[in-house]
This record gives sequence, structure tokens and C-alpha cells, in this order.
Amino acid sequence: MLTKDLFRKPKNELETSAKERKSNKVNIPDELFINCPSCRKTQLKADINESCGICPSCGHYYKIGARARLEMIADKKSFTEHDAKLTAVNIISFPEYDEKIEKARKESRECEAVITGVCKIGGYPCAVFVMEPRFIMGSMGSIVGEKITRVFEYATKKHLPVIGYTVSGGARMQEGIISLLQMAKVSGAVKNHSDAGNLYLTVLTNPTTGGVTASFAMLGDIIIAEPNALIGFAGPRVIEQTIRQKLPANFQRAEYLLKTGFIDDIVGRREQKAYLARVLKIHSGGRS
Amino acid sequence: MSAYDKVLAARAKGRPTASDYINNIFSDFTEMHGDRRFGDDPAVIAGIAILEQTPVTVIGLEKGHDTKEKISRNFGSAHPEGYRKALRQMKLAEKFARPVICFVDTSGAYCGVDAESRGQGQAIAENLYEMMTLKTPIISIFIGEGGSGGALALAVADQVWILENAVYSVISPEGCASILWKDAKRVKEASECLKMTAGDLKSLGAIERIIPENENFAAVYKSISKLLVKTLHDFNTYSEKKLEEMLKKRYRKFRKIGEI
Repeated sequence: MLTKDLFRKPKNELETSAKERKSNKVNIPDELFINCPSCRKTQLKADINESCGICPSCGHYYKIGARARLEMIADKKSFTEHDAKLTAVNIISFPEYDEKIEKARKESRECEAVITGVCKIGGYPCAVFVMEPRFIMGSMGSIVGEKITRVFEYATKKHLPVIGYTVSGGARMQEGIISLLQMAKVSGAVKNHSDAGNLYLTVLTNPTTGGVTASFAMLGDIIIAEPNALIGFAGPRVIEQTIRQKLPANFQRAEYLLKTGFIDDIVGRREQKAYLARVLKIHSGGRS
Repeated sequence: MSAYDKVLAARAKGRPTASDYINNIFSDFTEMHGDRRFGDDPAVIAGIAILEQTPVTVIGLEKGHDTKEKISRNFGSAHPEGYRKALRQMKLAEKFARPVICFVDTSGAYCGVDAESRGQGQAIAENLYEMMTLKTPIISIFIGEGGSGGALALAVADQVWILENAVYSVISPEGCASILWKDAKRVKEASECLKMTAGDLKSLGAIERIIPENENFAAVYKSISKLLVKTLHDFNTYSEKKLEEMLKKRYRKFRKIGEI
């Protein structure tokens, strides 16, 4: 990194400065205080955890782990995990990938970049998948594709709706063509689930990009997003390099996608559980 | 040839492009323009034609030949309307029970403001989704560069073939080297690691067939034509039951990639 880069304001969420990377460790228990990357105020970590990972002063949305998200939406003790032990494998013997997996497992305390299973939301049963941002940026390798495919196949068999939370840098390049083809595999499973008349709802969170946007993230019957979430196919840096221009403000943000017609609504974190329960109620014939 | 040599060969100036294959393999090609939603994308050629005696739908990602054509075709990098044009033609192929033949040659879907604002991700996703259950045979042939999601959007097929010196990858070797190692010069190493050559792709189960190349491309066109005729004959999808079997097989084929 060049010295001048140390003092430059990051252009977007994908490009975090060293200082921010340090402050983003929301889920490390021995750290009592953190600085909000948006308003820079020092806050008690406990306060942020209390408020669904939203900054009490400025409303900034912290990245939160998959388990924390599940806790926010699933009814108490209703979640049963599927395929919890499936772990990334170095399928094409890519250099330094084994170490990367090991590090990701330690940092996230998860085996892969997605958690899948079944739960109840407001009393309504559904299948869920929730992506994990701390596992190699939520990138999609063969196990991520496999777990999401399995949850769709299970939901098709049991006639269950699927609720999916996405956060991802895209296909995981260390698994080469195998990770690219997961896009087709998961999309096929989504299609079969849909053809059997089942509901699929996606919640796009910051950031959702690349091969995940270009497959199951954008295939929901209903697509909602969190405020200010970055959602796109190409990352903003790649676009700026291609067109050699600064991007317009708000570009690829949830609000922009709502305006251009690519998502159904923007729903804040605190309101998501009630929103999901309502949609599930309407899709189960209105019974409560 | 090393993996990087193949990358260079796949991008080489003078290598035949999709329109060369279309003109040499089919007769009566009639081009169809536009996605009926936004516009017409010159990076995608689509239309109907005859293969021997069989009516077919043909779609190609076209890079162009000379500089002027290359610019007008955006170097084969499609916008969302290009993928939507392709899907529209595939839906018509399903309606009229015509097999679909795709020629893939792109460094990737275009990364730009317009492409993003018109839903590049959504357009690619929709193609993957619809192609998986399209009720007519699909054959995709990689003739040069197969760049990531923008290539896959025309390659959810019953059969995927690749020319000996074509490549197909999740990311360009340049992109991989600069993201992983912050060093674009390590492109040769990245080319090897990504397993993007025809031989590697075959052994990983990503493609079904490698088509040998010949300096005389007329021989290549002839061999592709023969293979297409034979393969389409073998599909023999005239009964509803055969069609169902074909779709199950198509799903299974992608389902087993990375299956545990």
C-alpha cells in the first residue's frame, strides 16, 4: 500500500482502510468499544449489539454474522441447522487456499460462508439460508452452492418457502470453474422450487455482488434489501477502472435499485422479522 | 502449450468469431434483433437458421473482426439487453421446438454504469434460471474466451463443447493475479491455477467435449457441423417423455458439480 493511501477516504464499502478493518471486528468479545466507520463516534459494543448492529448515533448498519441475523428473525429455539459440518475443500488445489479456509474458519467460527436450515418466523415454518460475511467475504465456492441447493431441494420436497439472506463478494475464484458453475446449479434448484409453486424471498444485504447477484440473489419472487446496501454485478472499483470515471453518488445502492425497479422494497433490520412473518402469512392463505 | 499460451491463443487477432461459425455451419441464417424491452445489443447475434435439414435457433457472443466492428460490438461484452435478446430467442425456440446452439466468446459481461443500472446481474440470473428448464435441446460451444457469468449466461446447456485452444474461467487470469497477489504480472501462474484450459475443464466435468483445432478452420466448421447433426439426432426429443428425461439430465449434470 502506498503511504498516500493511508490517508485517503475509502471509495466504497468493499475498499476498507486498515483503520476500518480493525474497527469492523464487531463480533470479537474482548473488544468493549468500537468506532463507527460512518460517524467515527466511539461506542460500547454492547449497545450496538442491543440495537441489531445499527449505530445508535448515525444509523450506520454494521456487518453482522449469520448467527446474529438468524437470532433476529427466527422464533426462539425454532432453528434446526442442516449440513452444519460441510466445510470448504481445496477442489482444484489452488495455492494458499487451505490456509485461507483455516483462517476464515477461525475468524468466523463457521465451517463455510453460509448457514442453512429450517425455522419458524412469527409461527410460520420456512427453510432459510443466511450468508456469512466473515468467511472469505461470503464468497460462493462449491460447498456454499451445495448447501443452498440442498436447502432448496429440501424445501421443494416439503413444500416450504425459502427465505435467503445474501452478502457476498461473488464466486470464489480459488475454486475456479467449479464455483462459477454453482451459479447454474443453485439457479436450477431455485427454478424447480418455483415451478412447484413455492415462495422464495431474498434479503440483499451489504454488499451483494458478482456471481451471487447474477444468480440466486436476483431470483426471489420477492426481493427486499437493507438501507444503503451495495448491490451489483461488477464491484464499483472494477467499473471505475473500466470507464475511468467517478461513479454517481448512490449508484448500486438499495435506494437506486428500488428506483430502477430491481427490488420490491427496502426494509430496515428492526422491521424485517415482522415483514417476513407478514409475507409468509399472506402466502399461507392468510391463516395465523 | 502452457495455460497462458492458450489464453493468448483464445484472444488472438484473426481467430474466427461467432459470425464466422454461423456463416460457415448454417444456411438461411436470418438475424433477429432486440429484446423488446430496451434495445438491441450488437455484442449478441441471434437468429434462426437451417442445419442440414433441421431448423435451429443460433445465438453468438460476437467480438467483431476489424477495429470498427469490434468497437460497435463492444468487443463481445454484452449488456443486459443482449442477454434478454438471447433469452427471447430461446423462448421462441422452445415454442417452435427448435434446438438452440450458442457460440460463446467473451471476456465477460460488460462492467459499466448502464449495464449495472439496467440489471446486469438480474439478466444473467434470469438466463441461468430459464435455460435450466427450457424445453428444447441446448448446445453451447466455447470458441474463444469464456469469461465468467457473462459466458455462463449462454452455457446452461445439455452439451457444452470447447475448442482445443479456447478457455473458460470464473475470472480472467489478470483479474485473479491482481486481486489475490496484487501483482498483475503473475498472470501466467494464475492461468495455470485457475484450471481454465479445455483439458482441465474436461477432467473437472465442466464440459462434455473438446473439439480439435486445425489451421484450416474450414475443417473445424465441418467437424462441428457433423457433430451437431449427430448429437441433435441422438436427442430425439419428439416425445414428452424424452423431453422430461433430457431436462432431468440437464439438471443432474450441473447438480453434480461440487456435489458431496
